[in-house]
Amino acid sequence: MTLTEKIIARHSGKSEVVPGESVWVDVDVLMTHDVCGPPSIGIFEKQFGKDARVWDKEKVVIIPDHFIFTEDKYANRNVDKLRAFAADQDLPYFYDVGTDEYKGVCHVALPEEGFTRPGEILFGTDSHTCTAGAFGQFATGIGNTDAAFIMGTGKLWVKVPETMKFIFHGDDMPDYLMAKDLILKIIGDIGVDGATYRTMEFSGTGVQQMDMESRMTLTNMVIEAGGKNGVVDPDETTMEYVRKRTDKEFTPVYSDKDADYHSVYEYNMEDIVPMVAKPHSPDNKATAEELEGTELDQAYIGSCTGGKLSDFKAAARIIQGRELKMDTFVVPATTEIANGLHEETVNGQTLYEIFTQAGCHIGNASCAACLGGPSDTFGRLQDKEACISSTNRNYPGRMGSKNAEVYLASPYTVAASAVTGTIADPRKFISN
Amino acid sequence: MAQTATKDKETTDPSSTIITGKAFVVGRNVDTDQIIPAEHLVYSLDDPEEKKFYGRYSLSGVPDKQSGLPQGNIPLVEEGEFESEFDIVIGGPNFGCGSSREHAPASMQIAGIQAIIAPTFARIFYRNAVDGGFIIPFESEEDLSQIIETYDELEINKEDQVLINHTQNKTHNLRPLGSVEDIVMAGGIFEYARKTGMIE
Ligand code: SF4
Repeated sequence: MTLTEKIIARHSGKSEVVPGESVWVDVDVLMTHDVCGPPSIGIFEKQFGKDARVWDKEKVVIIPDHFIFTEDKYANRNVDKLRAFAADQDLPYFYDVGTDEYKGVCHVALPEEGFTRPGEILFGTDSHTCTAGAFGQFATGIGNTDAAFIMGTGKLWVKVPETMKFIFHGDDMPDYLMAKDLILKIIGDIGVDGATYRTMEFSGTGVQQMDMESRMTLTNMVIEAGGKNGVVDPDETTMEYVRKRTDKEFTPVYSDKDADYHSVYEYNMEDIVPMVAKPHSPDNKATAEELEGTELDQAYIGSCTGGKLSDFKAAARIIQGRELKMDTFVVPATTEIANGLHEETVNGQTLYEIFTQAGCHIGNASCAACLGGPSDTFGRLQDKEACISSTNRNYPGRMGSKNAEVYLASPYTVAASAVTGTIADPRKFISN
Repeated sequence: MAQTATKDKETTDPSSTIITGKAFVVGRNVDTDQIIPAEHLVYSLDDPEEKKFYGRYSLSGVPDKQSGLPQGNIPLVEEGEFESEFDIVIGGPNFGCGSSREHAPASMQIAGIQAIIAPTFARIFYRNAVDGGFIIPFESEEDLSQIIETYDELEINKEDQVLINHTQNKTHNLRPLGSVEDIVMAGGIFEYARKTGMIE
């Protein structure tokens, strides 16, 4: 069996499951946020009664992150609803806005707080919940009704997915390349529905040498290929990260050598070059080189995909000592990463110093303009701007106005473009 | 024929076999940001008055030229209105890709849509439509967004799994609902779980 099949089997009380089969599983963690939390809670109370208690308060995690720093009264009321529910249910894992507990983007906060444990099942009311698969967890996005059902029962039905395997060969990632380039390449190759209903499993020497943040970039964007979940077999790197963040017991599982796969794709990392997804679809692939000279108005580095500490370090390597040619927004995914900007250095300068000296606009930890949001959202595209972004989606209107154009790329490519004024190939700035 | 009264969840019987009404056609990869743009996700789904706004903005993020094909520039819901004059949405492949927002199928139901037909769906949208009992997602054998035109008069027969286009005088096959049929017929995951004794 594959890793995904093993986790589903174990959580449904079976010794074996096969793709296509529908089973009920026991849930280890349910995560929700400020956009989908309130309606999930509404359904939970309607279905189970006003006085109903969640099935296990140790397993419910609430992370407000989407519409946070806004004057929008409805958005703020949604956070009030989460607050009231967390207090009423006495939930220990609520990361409230405006307190020291506040984290920021849920998919990066979950690992930081130790909720991404190998071998477990995590459901979240957000499509990028698949990010946690980097830790060898079965993690996928669900809607409000399913979340409400879990709140009351701790169970959910799942259809066992087939698994597609993606192997990256190569001992070292070329210095100009990032995990973002690899996943954009895959999505470009298989299309935005190329993995619909399926698991995307990443392996090979190329993946084994990646740190957790890079693996998270891979699994984060499986949803952009329609994937149900993404996974990486846990290893030393995984264990070291997770052990630091939690004392809880967990049992990792691994794909069998002779497991059945829907399909197998193999890549040599040396053959891959910096990639860009053109408007308005993540599979609209091109290389950065092909698009050189494309006019831009704005650059954006942030989100659960491209707003992690290693993403900012990459961008800082290029921005350091150079002049920006356009408005450049820097939005750390979490408060831990925001603090990291003051600690992590490149050539003796902190990332924060590098970005402020260059004139970047640095925002508060949250989703910010990754999904547009209320009109006063930091970095939001208001009209016909062309933006190059380290985020994950460039659908029409995703970052605000539906007249805007969004190019998706790695933090290297975004930074190289920001200091060039048009789309640029980062290999001009970083050679191997 | 098309119902004119409110077609809210409470008034649509999930077990009735015939759905009739006017087609509204969009193309491929219509994502959840196009179905309900993120800026509108702030309204409460529990408040009947606020909830209506999801109907108003349903499919409002679809680029104008691709809204109401083949002609384009036709909104699902007229400006200032809360309900659509259309009843059945026809989409291209990968309908509902993108975020997990259940507000997407909910907005279509609130706008008065009863069914969505597409050759393939993104899985979270499909799951949300079924488990929430909002609208029935039917898979078609062909990409009907290339054949059916906005304003065509349609009839879906759930039992025989066919779609009849009265305007064009054509019949198209729909795929069986498969493992989700029981949940669809029950009207959602809660109704199904009650029926089968999983919850009280
Ligand atoms: S950062 Fe963007 S993709 Fe990630 S959870 Fe927030 S809105 Fe979604």
